[in-house]
Amino acid sequence: MGQRIVIAGASMGGLRAAERLRASGYTGEIVAVGDETHMPYNRPPLSKEALASEVTHEAVAFRLRPAVADVTWRLGVPIASADLEARAVRLADGAELAYDGLVIATGMRPRRLPTPGPTAGRHVVRTLEDACALRSELGPDARVLVIGAGFIGCEVAATARLLGADVTVVAPEAVPMRRPLGDDLGAALQRRHEQQGVRFLLGRTVAAFLGEDRVTGAELSDGTRLDAGVVVEAVGSASNTEWLDGNGLDLSDGVLCDNALRVEGRPGVVAVGDVARFPNPRYDGVARRIEHWSIPTDTAKRAAVTLMTDLGLSGHDPAPFAPLPTFWSDQYDLRIQSFGAPALGADDIRVLEGDLDGEVVVGYHTDGALVGVVLIGLPSAVARYRAELMRNSVAA
Amino acid sequence: MKVIVDMDVCKDHGQCVFSAPEVFQINENGRLVYEAEPDESLRDAVEEAADVCPLQAITIEG
Ligand SMILES: Cc1cc2nc3c(=O)[nH]c(=O)nc-3n(C[C@H](O)[C@H](O)[C@H](O)COP(=O)(O)OP(=O)(O)OC[C@H]3O[C@@H](n4cnc5c(N)ncnc54)[C@H](O)[C@@H]3O)c2cc1C
Ligand code: SF4
Repeated sequence: MGQRIVIAGASMGGLRAAERLRASGYTGEIVAVGDETHMPYNRPPLSKEALASEVTHEAVAFRLRPAVADVTWRLGVPIASADLEARAVRLADGAELAYDGLVIATGMRPRRLPTPGPTAGRHVVRTLEDACALRSELGPDARVLVIGAGFIGCEVAATARLLGADVTVVAPEAVPMRRPLGDDLGAALQRRHEQQGVRFLLGRTVAAFLGEDRVTGAELSDGTRLDAGVVVEAVGSASNTEWLDGNGLDLSDGVLCDNALRVEGRPGVVAVGDVARFPNPRYDGVARRIEHWSIPTDTAKRAAVTLMTDLGLSGHDPAPFAPLPTFWSDQYDLRIQSFGAPALGADDIRVLEGDLDGEVVVGYHTDGALVGVVLIGLPSAVARYRAELMRNSVAA
Repeated sequence: MKVIVDMDVCKDHGQCVFSAPEVFQINENGRLVYEAEPDESLRDAVEEAADVCPLQAITIEG
């Protein structure tokens, strides 16, 4: 019998893994299992251009390369559990799938607030269905409360505002997008949002949602009461790893992998995308998850090679895996791009070009060396800074 | 192989440039310019560029 690779999770990471396995010369069976009913689609537009216009699968579906035409997609059914000793996964419908190689690509789900009150009218944005449900309630008459001032919260705020809604953002931090960007750039972006008419109530949380059958408003931790018919909770995400419980893995934050994306001590099992926690020798070598869109593609490329090696189909690749994290966000007509690891250079942030209220390049440094760059606009400067980041690395 | 970039969708992120600099460039005005009929030997690079485009604006025909 030929070999079988099971891919758990049929989103971007799962698709990229299938593509890279084929590109690496794997000719055996590939079965991708996903709990969503759709073929893989692109999430970033769900808080941006798709949310602003029309949310359909066609608008966001990934193009399928001919090379993955013979992948078997088992959609609409979650994997319930895995037995890594026996090399098999069990689906929620009772089916069991044995494998020679396993790709973990089950990503994240949004955290929900435990706040008391009605649940109707409260949204998150991760899936196509989430975005459809939110879109149907957005419009010029909507009063929208966004909870959380990270990227997704700020993108949804911008999109809702573009659709004419009244928008308030509530978050515990002092400035939006503070953790990745720092105080000054976060404050500058807050001013841009305020110019567009978004209201920020920061340094506060939501104590209770108001209303009977559905949300009509919220009471904040400082006693402020707000009217809101639509609530968007953008308060971070949790890893989908429960199906791996009982196998002795470190699942404290995603799935712990080695630098080749192999799940610690488990030959033939790799993880990709948002859920993979791996050390990056470009920086301090500490294992971290990276929730950037560039990561499913980068990790799938490396993980496919690792699986091929473990299955005895190709030789060992000694090259260290040191991707340059790359992130972007669109808010109004602002294009925010991030390269490298700004969070590691948070103690030494400098404006390198331009000014904070216009087009700008902000640099993040460790021991004087550039470790991350965030640009607003200035596309012609990207290549130069990216090249500098590729040269620098903090690793001792 | 034919490359088509939907310029209504493209936002000049320039990610494609890092994957296939022979085919995609950002000019000094910050706009994307590209070679519409690149050599077949560049197929892998062009496919990678299409994959990494944040707006999924790149289509490959043939
Ligand atoms: C609204 C939004 C906007 C974003 N915008 C940006 C942006 O502007 N820039 C950027 O860099 N990044 C952005 N991101 C992040 C980017 O989309 C993610 O990094 C990327 O989707 C990760 O892909 P993944 O395949 O690892 O995980 P996911 O896309 O989360 O895929 C995991 C899949 O596995 C499925 N699954 C989970 N558990 C099981 C199970 N037990 N059995 C079977 N299937 C299961 C899930 O349903 C899902 O389909 C955004 C994300 C969201 C949600
Ligand atoms: S990566 Fe996509 S959006 Fe960016 S310049 Fe290239 S084609 Fe345009």
